[in-house]
Amino acid sequence: MALIELASIERRFTLGDSVVHALRGVNISIEAGEYVAVIGPSGSGKSTLLNLLGLLDRADAGTYRLDGRDTTGLSPDEQAAMRSRHIGFVFQSFHLVPRLTAAENIALPMVLAGIDAAERKRSVQKALAAFGLADRAHHRPNELSGGQRQRVAIARATVMQPAVLLCDEPTGNLDRHTGQEVTHLLESLNANGVTLIVVTHDPAMAERARRQIRMEDGAVLSDSASSVGVAG
Amino acid sequence: MKPLDILRFALRAVTAYPLRTALMLLAMSIGVAAVVMLTALGDGARQYVVNEFNALGSNLLIVLPGRSETRGVNPANFFTETPRDLSIGDADAMHRVAGVVRVAPMVAGTSEVAFGGKLREAMVVGTAHDYLALRRFQLAQGQFLPDEEGQRNAAVAVLGSKLRSELAGSEPVIGRMVRIGDRRYRVIGVLAPTGNAMGMAVDEMAYIPTEQAFALFNTSTLVRIFIETRDRAAIEATRTRVVNTLKARHDGEEDVTTITQDAVLGTFDKILSAITFGVAGIAAISLGVAGILVMNVMLVAVTQRTPEIGLLKALGASGAVIRLAFLTEAVLLSLGGAIVGVALGQLGAWGLRLAYPVLPAYPPYWAVAAGLGTAMLTGVLFGFLPARRAAGLHVVDALGRR
Repeated sequence: MALIELASIERRFTLGDSVVHALRGVNISIEAGEYVAVIGPSGSGKSTLLNLLGLLDRADAGTYRLDGRDTTGLSPDEQAAMRSRHIGFVFQSFHLVPRLTAAENIALPMVLAGIDAAERKRSVQKALAAFGLADRAHHRPNELSGGQRQRVAIARATVMQPAVLLCDEPTGNLDRHTGQEVTHLLESLNANGVTLIVVTHDPAMAERARRQIRMEDGAVLSDSASSVGVAG
Repeated sequence: MKPLDILRFALRAVTAYPLRTALMLLAMSIGVAAVVMLTALGDGARQYVVNEFNALGSNLLIVLPGRSETRGVNPANFFTETPRDLSIGDADAMHRVAGVVRVAPMVAGTSEVAFGGKLREAMVVGTAHDYLALRRFQLAQGQFLPDEEGQRNAAVAVLGSKLRSELAGSEPVIGRMVRIGDRRYRVIGVLAPTGNAMGMAVDEMAYIPTEQAFALFNTSTLVRIFIETRDRAAIEATRTRVVNTLKARHDGEEDVTTITQDAVLGTFDKILSAITFGVAGIAAISLGVAGILVMNVMLVAVTQRTPEIGLLKALGASGAVIRLAFLTEAVLLSLGGAIVGVALGQLGAWGLRLAYPVLPAYPPYWAVAAGLGTAMLTGVLFGFLPARRAAGLHVVDALGRR
């Protein structure tokens, strides 16, 4: 059974009088451990898709099964609880809390999940070491470089060991060299079994993914895995 | 999220914006300090009055000439218009009333008092031996007016401590002569300093026997009779007997007024407590204003930190956690301000005590507790709306992802 199964997903927004179809009839199935790039022009619905996959938003129609569980009827708080355990987010603009140190930012998901301090400390130490941030643990985001900030964000996204890592333009705010470093970091995580889904404009980055899903006008235009066959 | 973590998180948010926090603390602390200080002032005034009365002795009955109560038509009204005076005979009669322990008559007037080369105006009180014990005064030197048969009318005087020091400086006065009006008296005693009692400068008075005062002021009427009853419980019964005795002596007419200290004290206590509550209430208005400030500050914080709220939600924070975090922040701001305010208020009260040593201006415990409690309640009350707004934000909107 696939880790992520989207079936006939619809998402509409009402802008004034007109109704915008952000997603229409989307069927996607992603297995655990896959490396997927979602590409398409702006307004194609790829961000909406990522919101849905990350349980930040709800579909108006269709079903979304995550890890075998139907998420369609979940309340916002139930969605939050599921996000906490299953999904890590990496955003283009890092989204670090400015007043907290790198270590505290990384610990944030565990703090919110109510994990006790000793275990938190262990996990954070491990993450700091793994992401080469050991000497930056007590720096605030404004004392870190762009690459370091994104590494903190990735460490935070993975500290709860989620099955899925959702990245929205993870290299969008970084120079080419740092961007490549971050890409390699994400790919190494994927190599260790994390399902990696990246939304990107960058064709070079999309090329690196083993599977590309191209979106246009809220629909899937092409899916490099569809030839293999999508499970219903 | 664990409660301790919520507290720590809110604390980090409070300390992250020092200027905002400082201003907020200032606003809240002014309110609380006002409550603490004004109640200290009000309660100090109450304590002061209570102490003044207690200095008089607690089972005291005071008889004044004249009737101050309204009453119906009485045959006696047609024949007399002015009340009879209180005489020394009336005072002596009091000794025979059951329940009476001490009696002191009082005549008072101002006169010149001269000693050595110095001369000044002073209040001169004519009274008897029991006055000292009855008013709880202490002697610094010598003895008070004599009580021995045949000595009661002696030409002797007792001086208040201030009067003595102003007239004689550090010279000895016992046994020497003082001139009061056109008469000479031998000084037999000096009172210890007592401060004020009932607003009268006791320390600046001279005391002479009643009959001497009658002669000095050319009168034969008393202005007061002080009566000490056996105990507090006996006051009411004794009062009735005293009034009946005087009525019998005054041709059946009840033409005196009696004051018990309890009644007067009770009234003053009530009035001053009401004033204290009143000023506390007025000061509490500033707490309400501070509460609105808390709300404004927290609403701004929610707007400012919208992306952060979105992030926390994306990372798995429930609405309840967000609400609690912001509410905690509001309460921390209010409570911090309240604590600073209590400290400021105590400082202010200390300043008041320094400026007016006679006023025991200590803030009552209920006022401190109420100040802290109200501040905290204000934080919860006015922090609730911003916290709810934060909790209700949609995660996608908050993250700016739409």
